[in-house]
Amino acid sequence: MKTFNYTITDPIGIHARPAGLLAKAAKASGSKVTISANGKSADASKLILLMGLGIKCGTEVTVSVEGGDEAKAADDMEQFFKSNL
Amino acid sequence: MEEYKGKAIAKGVVVGKIFFYSKETGQVRRRSIDDIEAEKQRYEEAKAEALRQLGEIYEKALKEVGEENAAIFEVHQMFLEGDEFNESVTSIIETEKVNAEYAVAKTGDNLADMFASMDDDYFKARAADMKDISERVVNVLTGSENTNTPTEPVILIAEDLAPSETVQMDKANLLSFVTRLGSSNSHTAILARNMDIPALIGIDIDKAWHGKQAVVDGSKGLLIIDPDPDILADYEIKLKKQAEEKELLKALKGKEDVTLDGKHIKLYANIGGVGDVADVLKNDAKGIGLFRSEFLYLESDDFPTEEQQFEAYKKVAQLMAGKKVIIRTLDIGADKQVDYFGLDKEDNPALGYRAIRICLDRPEIFKTQLRALLRASAFGNIAIMYPMIISEAEVIKIKEISASVKEELKSEKIPFNESIEEGIMIETPAAAVISDKLARLVDFFSIGTNDLTQYTLAVDRQNAKLEAIADTHHEAVLRLIELVCKNAHAAGIWAGICGELGSDTELTQRFMEMGVDELSVSASRILPVRQKIRASKTTPQT
Repeated sequence: MKTFNYTITDPIGIHARPAGLLAKAAKASGSKVTISANGKSADASKLILLMGLGIKCGTEVTVSVEGGDEAKAADDMEQFFKSNL
Repeated sequence: MEEYKGKAIAKGVVVGKIFFYSKETGQVRRRSIDDIEAEKQRYEEAKAEALRQLGEIYEKALKEVGEENAAIFEVHQMFLEGDEFNESVTSIIETEKVNAEYAVAKTGDNLADMFASMDDDYFKARAADMKDISERVVNVLTGSENTNTPTEPVILIAEDLAPSETVQMDKANLLSFVTRLGSSNSHTAILARNMDIPALIGIDIDKAWHGKQAVVDGSKGLLIIDPDPDILADYEIKLKKQAEEKELLKALKGKEDVTLDGKHIKLYANIGGVGDVADVLKNDAKGIGLFRSEFLYLESDDFPTEEQQFEAYKKVAQLMAGKKVIIRTLDIGADKQVDYFGLDKEDNPALGYRAIRICLDRPEIFKTQLRALLRASAFGNIAIMYPMIISEAEVIKIKEISASVKEELKSEKIPFNESIEEGIMIETPAAAVISDKLARLVDFFSIGTNDLTQYTLAVDRQNAKLEAIADTHHEAVLRLIELVCKNAHAAGIWAGICGELGSDTELTQRFMEMGVDELSVSASRILPVRQKIRASKTTPQT
């Protein structure tokens, strides 16, 4: 399992549009991607649950990637967060 | 005649017949079913149809309200395609042995409740999206279509309008929107502004108004039902004038900002945030002459990071696609206070610790902003402008800090525009008087007439009692502007006006005579000012 931390800089937080893109990317990665923040976690490929975490700007999230090509998936995810969130 | 006052979210005047719009939300019946697979199949088919509809709505919205506002329908599709929605619907069908309509409605309600219970306003508002989605699928399942839409041009009144409802309406039949709920940033408001039709919110609408004649006055926020003949006659005149103006302005789009004797003027817009750019482009401004960076600080609970600022500046620069974007550094203090700056209360804030004075005193705040601005300069045509200057020493200090930040970026191999233009605001009488000296140190001047007027006349612009003597055309202020232009030109730099006065078309001719090179005005004033520039000369007209 690979993990990394990221602090959200988008002013609205993980809002609908990037969350939708994130869910798509997570699904396509072939790995199981989990996002944790504020003591809760959600499968990143499930858009509504992901938004249900209510992650705001300034929140630090932990992203963990399991299965499949973990190293590549984790790199791709980190890149995604940096450019979208 | 009855008059109601609401909040205008889009300007203009219109006279027409009222149409009362209501959603046909028939109760969803719970029915027991035997064939689970057949019910799941019904759901799958309805979902596919709903997705197809959403795709169509997205395309339509893209044309009407732009990509940013249309994105919500793409998100609706994603919600509907997501596992959670589908798993919930099929699980309800399977475990409760109920009809698809019920399972969908129940799923929509559950998810809406989840969002409604969240504490952040943005996430709370997603509850309405969940309902919008489930209602769409239910309507496909029941084969019901909302037939309650206007067939002739009307003033549409409604309790509230969902984005998908406004997008689906035939725009040719919409003269105006009036709703009880809604906000000035809602999808409906944006649509109204893009369509250039008046719209009001906050009016207690009444079903009994359906079919009555009414006036919507978007400049006063008024809805007048059954207007008296004399009132109606007044509005007919206003309507005619409005139509003429619209025609004229349409004709001015795409035209050059050039005087009768051939001087090209930079006609730019003032903005206060990234969201204002759409208006700037719509009104055909040739650049942004004042981008107030305060919103980044005012909307935040702590100092905005370099990254947050960089993203905002970069976005505007990219949206303006090579057109000039002049960003003013932090102008906090005086009438704009932010808690986390920890500023002391002052007896005389307008003359106090504000703007560049804070930046030079707390260079760490200033450097973060400069780094963000310079980094963003690699993505468009950005210029930087410093506010509240009174001396050469300040400008020299600013240039030292700016040079050190540039060195830093170079050593980190971060790209930026090395020949970025840096200018100052002339908004103190001191700066105006020594503008000959200041002009040698900077690339441009932009005159902030609001502060310049208040400081020159010693008249507090926030004090309503002084309004009578706050003469914006005071000769002293005009002479200072003329002096600033003359000194700018002697040093080979340009001078513009970014204060309110710049959009005062009574003065456009005079400004041209003074040699003003740039006017930066609010987006809605671009075309009226363009019209005036095109009728002005740089020499007195008799």
